[in-house]
Amino acid sequence: MAKIKKSPWLLHYDGSSCNGCDIEVLACLTPIYDAERFGVMNTGDPMQADIFLITGGINTQNAEVVKQLYNQMPRPKVVVAVGVCACTGGVFKDCYNILGGADTVIPVDIYVPGCAARPQSIIDGIVQAVELFQKRSDEHDKEMKNKGREAS
Amino acid sequence: MDYKTSIFVVCYILFAPLIGGLLQGIDRKISARMQRRVGPPLLQPFYDVIKLFKKQVIAVTPSQGFLLLTYFVLMVLTGAMFFAGSDILLCFFVLSTAATFLYFAAVVSSSPYATVGSMRELIQMLAYEPAVLLTCVGFYLAEGTFNVDEIVRSDTSAIRYLPGFFVAFVFILTIKMRKSPFDTSTSHHMHQEIVKGITTEMGAQNLALFQITEWYETVFLMGVVGLFVINSNPISIVVAIAVVLAVYFLEILIDNSSARVKWNLMVKSSWLVTIFAAGVNLLVLMLVYKR
Repeated sequence: MAKIKKSPWLLHYDGSSCNGCDIEVLACLTPIYDAERFGVMNTGDPMQADIFLITGGINTQNAEVVKQLYNQMPRPKVVVAVGVCACTGGVFKDCYNILGGADTVIPVDIYVPGCAARPQSIIDGIVQAVELFQKRSDEHDKEMKNKGREAS
Repeated sequence: MDYKTSIFVVCYILFAPLIGGLLQGIDRKISARMQRRVGPPLLQPFYDVIKLFKKQVIAVTPSQGFLLLTYFVLMVLTGAMFFAGSDILLCFFVLSTAATFLYFAAVVSSSPYATVGSMRELIQMLAYEPAVLLTCVGFYLAEGTFNVDEIVRSDTSAIRYLPGFFVAFVFILTIKMRKSPFDTSTSHHMHQEIVKGITTEMGAQNLALFQITEWYETVFLMGVVGLFVINSNPISIVVAIAVVLAVYFLEILIDNSSARVKWNLMVKSSWLVTIFAAGVNLLVLMLVYKR
C-alpha cells in the first residue's frame, strides 16, 4: 500500500464563519506552525483536494455550495469541521438562517472544537484526518481490486 | 541513430522525471527555508504524484486525458530529440506544439478559471516565443549549426558569443517554469483569482501526468541552459551543471521575492529584454563578428 497520507491537500471553505477560524487555518501555514511539513498544501480546487476543511455554520444559502464542493472532490476524501460553529452551529445555532453544523449537509469525520480553534488543535485535527485518509485509501484500493476480480 | 545517442535518449526518458521531481523537491525546500519554514520532505513531489495516481478519476471531458497524453508525448519527444543531438530549432517547434495541446486540454473543460488560465497561457507563449526563436538563431550564428551534437562538440562555449541571448533566455525561463512574477496562467499558491488557472479542471491522474510532463520540461530547459556552456572540453560539463544549478537557484530566488505581474507588463518586459539583450547581441554577432 502506498503511503498516500504523506500528501494531503486541503480545500478550505468558509461557511458563515466570523473569519476567526479562517485566520487560524491560515496561521497553520505560516512559519510558526508550517503545516507543509506534513505535505499539506492549501489548494483552492475541489478536484485536487483530499481533505475538506470547513469553518463556520451551514446556512440556507451555502448548504448547496458545501454539498457541491463535497461531491466534486474525488474519493478517498475526509471532512474536517473546524471551530464550534462548523461542529454544531455555535453561537449562531438559533439564528433563523442557520441549519446547524457542517454535518447537517455532508458527513463530517473529524470535529475540531474551539472558538476560534487554535492552530495546534487544527493541526491535530489534520493529522487525525490524514490517518483516516490513508485508511480510506487502502479500503478504496481493496474495493477497486475486488471489482477488477469480479469483472474478470 | 548510433549506440551512444540511444543511450542518451533512454537515459533522458528514464531519469528526467526523477531529476525533475528532485529539482522540484529542492525548490520547495529552499523556498520554505527562504520563508523561514521547515518545508516538506525532499521527495514530496513524488508523494504527491503517487497519491494523484491513486485518487478516483473524475474527468470533466473524456478528451482531456487524450490531450494531456499528447502534451506529455510531445514533451518527451522534445527532450529526446534534444538529448539525441538533433536540430534545436525543431526541438522548440515540437515544444510549442506540446504547449498548444496543454492549451486545448484546459480549454475543453469550459470552466471559466481554466479558460482564463489557458488564454493567459497563450499570452505567455506570445511573450517567450521571440526569445526562444532568437536563441536558436544565436546558436546558429555562434556555432554555424542548429544541431545540438555539433554545438556540443565546438571548441569554445556558445555563451562567449551569446551573453545577451543567455540573459534573454534566463528571463523567459521564469515564464516557462511558471514562476512568480510570471505565473499568470497557473498558480502554485492557494486563494488566487483564477484558482489553479490552467490546471483547475485537472484532477487525479490527469494532474499527475501534467506534473510529470512539467518535470520532463524542466530537465529539457535546463539542458538548453547547459548547452550555452558545454564545449568539447570535458571540464565544461561540470561547469555547465554548476551554471544550471545557479540558474535554477536564481529562478527560486526570483519566485520568492516578487509578486505576480499583469500580462501586459509580462509581455512588455520580456519583449524589451529580448530586444535589448538578444537583439543587440544579434547585431554585434552579425556586424562585428560578421557571422
